Amino acid sequence: MKSASRFIPLLVLLLFVGAVSWRLAVPNDEKIPSRLTGQPLPPFELQSAVEGVKGLSSRDFASGKPRLVNVFASWCVPCIAEAPLLLELQRQGVPIDAIAVRDKPVDVANFLKRHGNPFERIGSDPESQVQLALGSSGVPETFIVDGRGIIRYQHMGPIEASDLAELRQRWEQAR
Amino acid sequence: MIAEAGLASLWLAAALAALQLGLAAGLGGTPGRQLSSIRAVAIGQGILTVLAFASLVLLFLRSDMSVLLVAENSHSQKPWLYKFSGTWGNHEGSMLLWVMVLALAGAILALFERRLDRRTLGATLGAQAMLALGFFAFLLFASNPFERLSPAPVDGRGLNPLLQDPGLAFHPPTLYLGYVGLSVAFSIAVGGLVRRNVGPAIARAMRPWVLAAWVMLTLGITAGSYWAYYELGWGGWWFWDPVENASLMPWLAATALLHSVNVLAARGGLRAWTMMLALVAFSMSMVGTFLVRSGILTSVHSFAVDPTRGSFILALLTIYIGGALTLFAFRIATVKEGAPFEPVSREGGLVANNLLLSVILGIVFVGTLYPLLAEALSGEKLSVGPPYFDAVASPLALLLAALMVIAPQLRWRRDAAPVLPRIAPGLVVGSGVLMATIVLAPGIGLLPRLGLTLGATLVPASLQPLLNRSLRRTPLAVWGMCLAHLGVAVSMIGMASDSAFTRERLAAARPGDKIEVGPWLVEFRDITPVAGPNWTALEAELRASRGSGVVVLNPQSRFFAEPPTTTNEAAIDTSWNGQIYAVLGEQDGEGRWQLRLWWKPFVTLIWFGGCLIALGGALALIGRFFRERRPRRRGEDAFA
Amino acid sequence: MMVRPKHQRLVLVTLAVAAVLGAVLLAMWGLQDRAAYFVTPSDIAAGKAEPDTAMRLGGMVVEGSLVRERDGVSIRFDVSDGKAVTPVAYRGITPDLFREGSGVVAEGRLQPSGLFVADHILAKHDERYMPPQMANEVAAR
Repeated sequence: MKSASRFIPLLVLLLFVGAVSWRLAVPNDEKIPSRLTGQPLPPFELQSAVEGVKGLSSRDFASGKPRLVNVFASWCVPCIAEAPLLLELQRQGVPIDAIAVRDKPVDVANFLKRHGNPFERIGSDPESQVQLALGSSGVPETFIVDGRGIIRYQHMGPIEASDLAELRQRWEQAR
Repeated sequence: MIAEAGLASLWLAAALAALQLGLAAGLGGTPGRQLSSIRAVAIGQGILTVLAFASLVLLFLRSDMSVLLVAENSHSQKPWLYKFSGTWGNHEGSMLLWVMVLALAGAILALFERRLDRRTLGATLGAQAMLALGFFAFLLFASNPFERLSPAPVDGRGLNPLLQDPGLAFHPPTLYLGYVGLSVAFSIAVGGLVRRNVGPAIARAMRPWVLAAWVMLTLGITAGSYWAYYELGWGGWWFWDPVENASLMPWLAATALLHSVNVLAARGGLRAWTMMLALVAFSMSMVGTFLVRSGILTSVHSFAVDPTRGSFILALLTIYIGGALTLFAFRIATVKEGAPFEPVSREGGLVANNLLLSVILGIVFVGTLYPLLAEALSGEKLSVGPPYFDAVASPLALLLAALMVIAPQLRWRRDAAPVLPRIAPGLVVGSGVLMATIVLAPGIGLLPRLGLTLGATLVPASLQPLLNRSLRRTPLAVWGMCLAHLGVAVSMIGMASDSAFTRERLAAARPGDKIEVGPWLVEFRDITPVAGPNWTALEAELRASRGSGVVVLNPQSRFFAEPPTTTNEAAIDTSWNGQIYAVLGEQDGEGRWQLRLWWKPFVTLIWFGGCLIALGGALALIGRFFRERRPRRRGEDAFA
Repeated sequence: MMVRPKHQRLVLVTLAVAAVLGAVLLAMWGLQDRAAYFVTPSDIAAGKAEPDTAMRLGGMVVEGSLVRERDGVSIRFDVSDGKAVTPVAYRGITPDLFREGSGVVAEGRLQPSGLFVADHILAKHDERYMPPQMANEVAAR
């Protein structure tokens, strides 16, 4: 009893380390996917978020070509990280539009000047209404919308280099 | 330049820590000269980390946006106080602060410790260097606070507005002082075990550190509780959130250690137990830091579990705690037996105190980690909250309070005198209060009623050790103990009163409406927009009247532009017998505003009690310093 | 009766072990009916959630389902996980990020009637994703 009881604290530690390592290996996924995947875009009409770039409307997607919609904000740090990857997608010929969430024209202009502008149209969503209507629960998020205005794919969180191939492939499939 | 200087100091300090560890390991042979070089190295390491931290503070104050950390967490338009506190309002900065306190504690230990023999002190400083080395590595390799950002942004990303609060600005440093103070107790225990020297000298060396750390933890928890109370706007003062538990667990362990270390210092007893608690107390600090910093257990809002950082701290924690516990397991059989005592004695009371505190600690620990365990084993997601902690921990806390009525009055070793006369004053007051609550407030719950009764019993009982003594010659440590116990009583009365007598009203009101809450009549006058340095707000004007007294309350709904966030600022007015608390909600479709009002009688006693506890600890600490300078008189250590 | 040191040590060790075991047993007993399980509307529809025990309900607030009661402080809304829908009633001030279409976690109890009565509402909406790789990626720039 006595000699074994010396090791009880060690045992408790091992249990703790075990449980915690498991959590580190299998991170808790709190992301909520949009219910709208496979559904048509909700109708919206957004003013331009920055001078010199057109605003964004749900009707712009009935063009017959699949497009990406990037939900971003100038105050969002991960959006800076994904900016060069969006530029890369645009260079590969993927048309990209954007929704700037809770943003001001000056800040958006600064953001584009500093990190480049891969977007054809940028709609301003000052109260996150369209963002929420899309079922997006954070920034950045990227949607693939096909030529008939149906949401085909949702990417949550920033795009990373490893995501490029998949996004490109999904875009091709949406044709 | 400053960033590079800071980084260089950090690297140098890490090198010194490695040197210190090497010197300590080689100390087996001739301890004389080596110890003085270990001392010098420890002091140098302390100075260098202070320099590193000072550089980071300077970078924040100057809003140097070319440093990634500053750019992500600060903003040039922020008030300077929050630029300053922004230094530790983020992961890297707070870890640097942690390491600075750790190295400083090592330096102070090296400078002033004279009670330990040379070899034990050498081993202790070696252990301290090993702790520091791991955390230096963590900073340098996994969370460098001095990382540059190129090109530098025009301005920063701000700081979470919830953190822009003077109370919170100084909350983490206070807790860190507590956490890290316990690291010294840990190192001394390791040093003692390595040198097979576990006796009263160890306990005396450990005691001031434990006391100081405990005072800081008490203050930190009290301040944190008050912050949550007025900032979250939910009217509660403790939510059993994992982050709160992370600070409560080291406090529980430190409280147990504080009591057992006195048995070892005064009577040579409870040797193995005290060493174990010293190891557990700092382990809980590390576990707490880990849980908070890795984000592993944070609430539904968290997305950020960083496996690299998490694994790094976890590895450190496993090595340090695992190593120390293994050392304990193999050395403890060689520790001498302590002096014997009877079950009814001061020692017996302190053992009971320790056991109860340990059980409460175990319950909090299991409850905090259970969601993780359950999901790992069965895949089910669940959360453990107040229903569990309240129901399981409160009865034990009440039992502990009951023990406090008598235990401080027991004699060392054996106590055959009758107990009843000594607890009579407490029993009289307590039963009076019990009667009063039954007659005046028959509807309150069992736990609050017991809390009020025991709290009242404790008020006279905690002061009784001062009776029959010449007050002027009573050691400060005894004053400290009485004050701390009185603080527990006061705090308990506040908690019980809050849960028994709080009145709450939730209403939708138009300007001009009147709402009754408890003894107050609150008139909703108006809503006006106001602006602060970096926010705009809607502010309600409420006039609360009770008899002839009128107070004005201005709860706000604040909007911060960067990052865009809304917070509710509760309005609180304190009177001698409680607080009235108001929160402003949203406007509904018909032009009415949601208002939530509370009247909380004697709720302030909770934090007042917490301050008394800390003050008691501080008095005892001061007393210890004076005592060490004077020759010991016979019998004076009778209390410890 | 003064105990011998050796004997006393055995008693202390036994007490310590008993305290550890006691704490674990007590905790397990307490956790049995006081841990709040995380459920989704589909779990409730499948009858997996027991009425009148504390639980957390997670999902999205269904568009157009939010109704304010006449008293101005009570609301009703539907929570959906895409497969099933649970009606929720709540009295109090909702968090800022609580909106139709956004994620929500409601703490409360399920009534036998199928209505979920929430004591607390936590909006599940984070403005900044910061997945693990991110921190490094930003740092690398």
